[in-house]
Amino acid sequence: MTTTPLACDFMGWQLHSPLVLASGIIGTSASLMARAARAGAGMVTAKSCGPTPRAGHPNPVALDWGGGLLNAIGLTNPGAEHEAVLLAETKRRLAPLGVPLIASIFAGTVEEFGQVAAIVAQAQPDLIEVNISCPNVGDEFGTPFAGTPESAAAVTASVRRALPPLPLGEGRGEGLPPLPLGEGRIPISVKLAPNVPDIARIARAVVAAGADAITAVNTMPGMVIDAASGRPVLSNKVGGVSGPALKPIALRAVFEIAQAVNVPIIGTGGVSTGQDAAEMLMAGATVVGVGSAVWRRGGDVFGQINAELAAFMAEHGYPSAASLRRVSIERG
Amino acid sequence: MRIARIQDENDRTKTFVLDGRLDAAPGQFVMAWLPGVDEKPFSLAHAEPVTLTVAAVGPFSRALHSLAVGDRIWLRGPLGRGYAFPLSPWERAGVRVRPHTLLLGGGYGVAPLRFLAERLLAAGYAVSMIIGARSVVDLLLVDACRAMDVRLWLATEDGSAGLRGLATDAIEPALAAAFGETVMVYACGPTGMLRAIAAVCRDKGLPAQLSWEAHMRCAIGLCGSCEVGDGWLTCLDGPVFPFDPFDQRPDAASAASR
Repeated sequence: MTTTPLACDFMGWQLHSPLVLASGIIGTSASLMARAARAGAGMVTAKSCGPTPRAGHPNPVALDWGGGLLNAIGLTNPGAEHEAVLLAETKRRLAPLGVPLIASIFAGTVEEFGQVAAIVAQAQPDLIEVNISCPNVGDEFGTPFAGTPESAAAVTASVRRALPPLPLGEGRGEGLPPLPLGEGRIPISVKLAPNVPDIARIARAVVAAGADAITAVNTMPGMVIDAASGRPVLSNKVGGVSGPALKPIALRAVFEIAQAVNVPIIGTGGVSTGQDAAEMLMAGATVVGVGSAVWRRGGDVFGQINAELAAFMAEHGYPSAASLRRVSIERG
Repeated sequence: MRIARIQDENDRTKTFVLDGRLDAAPGQFVMAWLPGVDEKPFSLAHAEPVTLTVAAVGPFSRALHSLAVGDRIWLRGPLGRGYAFPLSPWERAGVRVRPHTLLLGGGYGVAPLRFLAERLLAAGYAVSMIIGARSVVDLLLVDACRAMDVRLWLATEDGSAGLRGLATDAIEPALAAAFGETVMVYACGPTGMLRAIAAVCRDKGLPAQLSWEAHMRCAIGLCGSCEVGDGWLTCLDGPVFPFDPFDQRPDAASAASR
């Protein structure tokens, strides 16, 4: 394991970079996730999977509208059973790189979240991200769960109950110590939505219900209309806004969550450069999700942001990624 | 953009010339959207003005074929990486003859190659072109390519025009007839044809630029739908690859630096 200034601790794991491939971006195959890890991601997140296969929405499913992206892919996934196979293969490919794997799950009911978690747990991902906030699949999924402290906590508790104890000392991947958290089960991170009146309340509720970490934030619901035709561009009409437009929203959410709860935070939203990553750490993130930036900067985006972050830290006298954390809270 | 002109190419293929331009390289693609119908990828058959050559093979392309001059087509793009040119001949010391390039188009894959041939000729390359199809009625853009300073070879599987056989069968005679060093092989067509061309080029030590098809959804590197081979994204890394992305041998991709 390297000990560069970018090396950092997350839940007891020594990561070589604080950058995390965010869920929903090229997390569809072991090859693509291994590529993100080789390019410099410290952890990678698979695309969200649900109980049954979903084809997703018809085209158009995404566009660059100028200030960022808008997408409604529609939670395309092969279903939890097949996803577990994909996760196991991905884990095999990530182990020699020392890069932990985060699975991501969604479901339509509180009970179903637990069932999906139990299935993907068979692949022993290092962390399970509970996606209670995908804005793209109508009212039966996502938004209601992330929208109130009660529903967010109910899903969190359901997933925790469903996760079996891990066999000790097995399947942890090379260079990864035994689970520091989660009482011998796979730890979970709950992914929150930005479009809530008080995100700190929801963060407190999911931590009280057993969340080991928080991922903040998902995309912001939005739409783009084509004026010439008078139609929404996405076939789903509405989608999730990401990219530069999301960054100030995400920074504010992480800033509030970091002051409300004492769990690690995967700060995600609009990070495209090393300076963006520094800002996310300063807002209180433990590690930094990167997603839409793949579009403008290509598959090597993690290496580019790592280099920029290291240069920023050298220039401004930050010896480690950890030394950037909460700077804006303390200097606020 | 709006349709400025429509030209019939064969009984199921039309060329749509639009009223706008894009700053694009040959081999790059656009996502064409018809509101309420669908959005699909098309290689640019030209960029100035934007030109799409489309065969009616499904609901979206049939909807495109029902459009008339003046109707609107919505575009995202240009997207992806197009064909790269080898070092300009004027920068290559000691070159006395124009460097030769060989272009192979199979079926609908001819569309971006006419655009490429025009740019190659303008940059000072000699161009030979092989157009392959099942039968003479399936050949595309033959007249347009004849009108350029291109040495043209035809191949049909039934022998109804040109050589009887596959486009790859014309590689040997085309290379033998060329003056000057062949500095690049360019191709666009079905996967089987491209894999065969990649194998021939590997054997002969010829560099290649191959444009691959894939199921395209977001087209901006997010959704993973267009992955080919071991983690290659057709939308961002391609659609033109300087190697065979399906070749799983470890040195297949690294042999061609990009």
